[in-house]
Amino acid sequence: MIITVASGKGGTGKTMVAVNLALVAASQRPGVQAASGDAKMLSRYDTRPLLLDCDVEAPNVHLFLRPTITGQEEVVLPVPEINFERCTFCVRCAEACRYNALAVVREQVLLFSELCHGCGTCSLVCPEGAVREVPEVIGLIEEGAASTPLADLDFAHGVLEVGRAIAPPVIRQLKRRIRSDGLVIIDASPGTSCPVVEALKGADFALLVTEPTPFGLHDLRLMVEVAREVGASGRTPLPVGVVVNRDGIGDEKVDEYCQSERIPILMRIPFDRRIAEVYSEGGLVIEALPEYRDQFRELYQRIREEVNK
Amino acid sequence: MILSGKGGTGKTTVAAALAHLAAQEASIVLADADVDAANLELVLSPQLQEEGEFTGGGLAVIDPELCIACGRCHDVCRFEAIIPGDEVYAVDEIGCEGCGACAYACPMEAIEMQEQLDGKWFRSQACYGPLFHAHLFAARENSGKLVTLIKNKARALALERGADYLLVDGPPGIGCPVIAAISGADLTLLVTEPTVAGAHDLGRILGVARHFGIPAVVCVNKYDLNFAKTEEIAAWCAAQGVPTMGRIPFDQEVTRAMVQGKPITEHSDGAVAEELRQIWAWLKARLD
Repeated sequence: MIITVASGKGGTGKTMVAVNLALVAASQRPGVQAASGDAKMLSRYDTRPLLLDCDVEAPNVHLFLRPTITGQEEVVLPVPEINFERCTFCVRCAEACRYNALAVVREQVLLFSELCHGCGTCSLVCPEGAVREVPEVIGLIEEGAASTPLADLDFAHGVLEVGRAIAPPVIRQLKRRIRSDGLVIIDASPGTSCPVVEALKGADFALLVTEPTPFGLHDLRLMVEVAREVGASGRTPLPVGVVVNRDGIGDEKVDEYCQSERIPILMRIPFDRRIAEVYSEGGLVIEALPEYRDQFRELYQRIREEVNK
Repeated sequence: MILSGKGGTGKTTVAAALAHLAAQEASIVLADADVDAANLELVLSPQLQEEGEFTGGGLAVIDPELCIACGRCHDVCRFEAIIPGDEVYAVDEIGCEGCGACAYACPMEAIEMQEQLDGKWFRSQACYGPLFHAHLFAARENSGKLVTLIKNKARALALERGADYLLVDGPPGIGCPVIAAISGADLTLLVTEPTVAGAHDLGRILGVARHFGIPAVVCVNKYDLNFAKTEEIAAWCAAQGVPTMGRIPFDQEVTRAMVQGKPITEHSDGAVAEELRQIWAWLKARLD
């Protein structure tokens, strides 16, 4: 099962929800619960949940999980390199590039590699065979495992290089780590465009975190639209559920909206200054404030029910 | 130009307040460069004056009459957007990045790149000045191009009217819409929060500002939620040679102002408004 945690608006608590949800899910696996005394040893024989941080522009999960990184992999994009012995400056490559990454000025071909999507069209259209594609590093993938007193998790994240524009290739490469069995929880970036779509593709459930304010509602509506579009294009529809974070700070309009759209509100996290404090230090809510443990367990349970509906 | 790296740190709250303060003494033009989730209009409640269509990119469309299922399109597509079939191939509209490689590769000329309506842009009149904003349709590409379009329109009007300031509310992250938004700015105000995530992402967005040679200043929002972290961030900024121009306290009045659709500086005269007035004075001095 793949659960993607998303929100149109930033800062609603995606990462906090994703990390704590992943940990309660990990602690609840049958093997782990049965052997409460020796949970960690047993868990090595099971598939541990995988938490993927797909917010490659601003990845933050590692700040809370403090994982041990055991593997690294560069993300490269094939960008054009012009062989000027063959190039006739016919301009076809620049005309074909939809991303304006190539320009021909007199006897020169200029490459704006930060705009390149690595599609390879330029080399396809060059009649002289003068365009060769060479790999350029645009990001990094790191993977490893996190061990907390509550449970163990597998972890991986992508880091887009500063100054680079195109995040989806990093997300795509990161998502190759998804195994068909076991639980995968994905922390998406804010927004509603390509990186979010990339993070939502193939998910079994979209968990949308919002706050009860006009900004939260406005962006939740957009996010529901995105989830529906992604679901409609995939092989199976994408069910959605909502977490209302900082419940009580604003108005009732998120509730009214969810009711009218028949979207289940699966959890309400009250506005609690202690959560903000734990979060600010990179702490785990379910560890520092155990009273929230059951609520996250219930959230996980309700997601499973929604997926199996 | 207001940016943050991490989302939800208070960019729009700060932008709306600065718009209110700036408009009292100067002529300004506003732009909301968060085209994924534009929120500035929710606070400024502007009157719509003009709108236009945004066709960002193409979408590959396969003519099933011409397709011979040879698979060339599938071979060249780097975005896994071609769905193979026994008799005809199809395009995954969400996956297609509009590059056109398949159209060039198809020996039957069965693939056409069709222009797609990807969003809309708007020019509205807010009480503080003209506002350019946009709506990128759900799950579409090219947010960077739409940001550039909004900014160019806003800049053209600002020059035409001889406006004193162009104030841009930016998107979260560090990727294509941010890069489109930051280019050409005279100064960027980075809004952060005193959390490990806020500090981490501040480092990344400052890297972007430096990469493109844009001077940056920082303000810490909700600074009193973690005093130690705030000072850690300020010390880090100082070591980077970046001034911390403000410490905005946490106050639930900010949410109340948002619910009422007003900038916090117009809504109340509390400590948040006072600090924002100070920040505006600093910014003005810095810009002049």
